[in-house]
Amino acid sequence: MKDAMAGFELYQPTDLDTALESAARFGEAGWLLAGGYDSLDWFKDRVKIPEAVIDLSHIGELHGIREVDGAVEIGAMTTLTEVSRSPLVRGRFQLLADAASEVASPQIRNAGTLGGNLCQDTRCWYYRYGVDCYRAGGNTCYAAAPDAQNREHAIFGASRCVAVSPSDTAPALVALDASMVVRSVSGERVVPADNFFMEPGVDIERMTVLEAGEILTSVRIPPTWADAAFYFEKVSDRNSWDFALASIAAAFRTDGVTIDDARVVCGAVQCIPRRLRSVERYVSGRPRTPEGVDAAGAMAVKGAEPLSYNGYKIPLVTNLVKRALRSL
Amino acid sequence: MTDTDAPSPTVLLPGAPAGWSRRDFIKGVIASGVTVSSVSYFGAGCAAPLPAQTGGVERLLSLRVNGQTRRVDVAPNETLATTLRYKLGLTGTKIGCNRAECGACTVLIDNVNHYACSSLTHRVRDREITTVEGLEAEDGSLHPVQQAFIDELGPQCGFCTPGQVMSAVALLRANPTPTREEAREAMSGNLCRCGAYDHYLNGVMRAAGLTTLTASADTGEV
Repeated sequence: MKDAMAGFELYQPTDLDTALESAARFGEAGWLLAGGYDSLDWFKDRVKIPEAVIDLSHIGELHGIREVDGAVEIGAMTTLTEVSRSPLVRGRFQLLADAASEVASPQIRNAGTLGGNLCQDTRCWYYRYGVDCYRAGGNTCYAAAPDAQNREHAIFGASRCVAVSPSDTAPALVALDASMVVRSVSGERVVPADNFFMEPGVDIERMTVLEAGEILTSVRIPPTWADAAFYFEKVSDRNSWDFALASIAAAFRTDGVTIDDARVVCGAVQCIPRRLRSVERYVSGRPRTPEGVDAAGAMAVKGAEPLSYNGYKIPLVTNLVKRALRSL
Repeated sequence: MTDTDAPSPTVLLPGAPAGWSRRDFIKGVIASGVTVSSVSYFGAGCAAPLPAQTGGVERLLSLRVNGQTRRVDVAPNETLATTLRYKLGLTGTKIGCNRAECGACTVLIDNVNHYACSSLTHRVRDREITTVEGLEAEDGSLHPVQQAFIDELGPQCGFCTPGQVMSAVALLRANPTPTREEAREAMSGNLCRCGAYDHYLNGVMRAAGLTTLTASADTGEV
């Protein structure tokens, strides 16, 4: 029976400590509910059947955008609409505002949260359908088979699983050197965005480093890249609702001629946001030239391993990198 | 009571005349105040046995809908679209995909448009919910957006129309004078299988014009 959710207990804590206690108590049997639009799909498909759902929406301290010691701290339950319209974010980190404003549809951005966008599971439809693939604890990958429908899947870093990171805001936050603040009953840890996402070679059943019982409470963006030159572009089949086929989030420090420093990160080409370190190193400290732009584009896809139907992502990523550099 | 008078097995309400449509049934239930927390035609989701309450939410809650406070029994796993349609009789809110992918269920929560099919009802306690039924003026006249959609021939089959109306109202409440591009973006979370997007967009711009006209008493061309 599709569309009918299994029964669950719903908890609506109004403070973080109570939520953390519930998260610890239920562990893997609990489900943290942020915006809820993706969660309810899982429940309706009965692929995920949690015993307890912990609704984080009534916890005040998880909402809002504030300035702390020069950094901008965004509560994990802040909606994507709020992030994309925030004067603080727009004023200093337009890259994140641009990324947030391209997520899904207006209604989804009105409900969807920054934390939920970062922690959402992959969109691989074999996995979403509930098959016993590696990611679901089984022993095969349906998407990597020669005749599989894998147009949307990874061209980099696959390890048994070929699913990609679906988040639009994740590449932007990696490019901005952001940190994720993670809480549990045993305390707080701060994880650099670059280390927050989980590669299948390390743990194939998780998309992030979050353990059961942990809650992503906020995202901190240091002033490092404030007011830099930014470029964000998301390529998808439809302009609304759709997930990226590939995206790029880039930040540059430049004097107008020479690029002093750069961050270039691609989404939807690997299971984690893919930081193009070779491109960053190559473009930094050089003046921008047409030859250099071409070389950076070629460098961006070195080592790509396309599947049967996603080879188009190679020229796509090349061109996104070139467009990012030409935007300067 | 003779055999021929026995209610048809498909009629769920005891004593209801045979041959009722589903809509009649729903409206009858609301009129009679019968509790329908186990309406079975919607499927197992509503009727499934739920675990005993052990510290989770209280099922009985008050919802603020279209300016009224409605007491209603809501399961923890119940969506707002279900509650509105099957418990409060507000069937103007449509369920299309039930997956936050079409927009037919769009309602306003504190004047912001949301997909009711993918919002848990318990989450919107203490919020102000507006459905398409809540838009008409006290004298029964249509909301400017509704009138503009009629004038611009927005609806064809009409199934997406309530959702389109709600998104347009949300836009105009936040931004009474949108550009066409802003309106297009604001309406991009509502699918129309008939493809009447430009008609709806014309309607939004017409409604924006009407709003402006009312405010400024300008008699210029709409």
